[in-house]
Amino acid sequence: MRLLAKLSWVEAKLFLREPLALVFTFAFPFFMLIVLAGVFGNEIEADDEEFLRVWRGVGPTDYYAPAYVALVVASVGLIALPLRMATYRERGVLRRFRAAGFSLPAVIGAQVVVAIALVIFGSIGIACAARIFYGAMLPVAWPQSLAAYAIGLACFCAIGVALGAILPTARAAQGAGLILFFVMMMIGGAGPPRDVLTGAMRWLSDPLPFTHVVLILQGPWLGQGWDWSSFWIVIAFTVVAAAVSVRYFRWD
Amino acid sequence: MAQARVGAGRSGDLIAKRDGWPFPRAPTLPYGTKEMERAVTVEHLRKTYRDIVAVDDVTLGIDTNEIYGIIGPNGSGKTTTVEILQGLRQPDAGAISVLGLDPWTQGEELRRRIGSQLQESALPDRIKVWEALDLFATAAGSHRRDWREAARQGGIYDRRNAAFANLSGGQRQRLFIALALVTDPVLVFLDEMTTGLDPAARRVAWDLIRAVREQGATILLVTHFMDEVEHLCDRVSVFQQGRIVVTDSPSGLVRKHSGGRTVRFSTIERDLGWLSRVPDVESFEMEGDHVVVRGTNAVLAHVGAALVGHGITPPDLRVDMPTLEDVYMGILKDNGA
Repeated sequence: MRLLAKLSWVEAKLFLREPLALVFTFAFPFFMLIVLAGVFGNEIEADDEEFLRVWRGVGPTDYYAPAYVALVVASVGLIALPLRMATYRERGVLRRFRAAGFSLPAVIGAQVVVAIALVIFGSIGIACAARIFYGAMLPVAWPQSLAAYAIGLACFCAIGVALGAILPTARAAQGAGLILFFVMMMIGGAGPPRDVLTGAMRWLSDPLPFTHVVLILQGPWLGQGWDWSSFWIVIAFTVVAAAVSVRYFRWD
Repeated sequence: MAQARVGAGRSGDLIAKRDGWPFPRAPTLPYGTKEMERAVTVEHLRKTYRDIVAVDDVTLGIDTNEIYGIIGPNGSGKTTTVEILQGLRQPDAGAISVLGLDPWTQGEELRRRIGSQLQESALPDRIKVWEALDLFATAAGSHRRDWREAARQGGIYDRRNAAFANLSGGQRQRLFIALALVTDPVLVFLDEMTTGLDPAARRVAWDLIRAVREQGATILLVTHFMDEVEHLCDRVSVFQQGRIVVTDSPSGLVRKHSGGRTVRFSTIERDLGWLSRVPDVESFEMEGDHVVVRGTNAVLAHVGAALVGHGITPPDLRVDMPTLEDVYMGILKDNGA
């Protein structure tokens, strides 16, 4: 436990000294939200049926606020975590840690602790910004929203560790992570609203974990109830990713 | 000084036979208190990577408080062996005991009690020296020392606030040594510790290793440098193609594998046939004024006395002794790379 605490603290400091990771976790989702909120505003056109359908009956920025909270979660799981783990493996840091008696739960645990801390920090920042600058909704159903957030966070932590376990090099982790991140962002709910996607895009978007994390978070956040089918899909991704992590993790 | 501590028992004839278990009886503890125990025993270790045999039937034993060297060419199985001893790789076959533990099944417990300096490993670029030392001390649990102490011992304390990426090669090695010592280890693995260090820094590292041994630790040193073996090791195993071809003390290696000595001098005297009757002389040849005499043991003294007896006093009489390096290269050659 002492080691986990100390390693987490050191890892947090290392993350803050690494500008690239900070950009994707904090700056990029923030920037995207500003652009989208600036373009679409947050007015509800109550007499336009198509508008109501596309934006789920709320203002565009209301719609995007939970999606961008979810995007912060995804950025850590798809970019920061795998990149850190693959880099450590490639450079022999994991070997070094292992030879010094670091346990696997401490090494992975510290990465996850830092990821969670960063995500919470970034998410609060995004939600506050959307609220303060664009008057976006805060969660309507707080307990369910927090539950959905926790589940989504667990899912992307598991995916991050799994990617870090599978991808052999830092280069591979960076490439794969960025591609997954942008694809999920664009068609998973943080780009155009789901309703305006073409059939093929929606077909691609359906099996993405990000799509369903956005859906389970948007439901209670916008006061539209719990999305059970997406919930089970997110749980399935979490379980599979955790199993892959355990099965394929290598120290070197 | 190292030799003085070793005592008579260490100079025993320990040419490892490939099926050479058991070893000669362990030497007695220098202080004469109790029988010395082995820190490491390895019997018939084998490790293959797919169809490449990395380690083939290696058997060795390392005594407590010994500095034991492993030397050999690249790819001869040194690092694989050392990694197996630390539980970082699983052996295919063989019985291994390190500090009384099985490295593969009890690896985590073992690794908290050993110090390790690995080849080709690194730390995160932006971690600071003191953070790394503090972290590794924490990982050692109850065995830890104060990181400042280890940093001073490793000569890296002045750079404690520097990031790993900003350290020079020598400073990195010093940090790795300090990290190996911060656990207050009873057994230290050093894999190519002085590679990349300048000559002065190597001497500093050697002194450090001797100091660690004085504190009671056992040290396993993997190296490419025979001078390192000569200065530090009580015994050394020469690895070649995954096997141990010989294990002996450095002086024993020279004694038993050096072949002959060569005496050289110059003279204008042409009638030197009597040289072949001088004790310890095996052969001689003349190249102009230059004479080369091959022989054994005290050939230099005998040739010198005989030359004086014949009224010849060459100013350039000298003997070429094979260095440990020559012996090492000779052993590798004899065993056919």
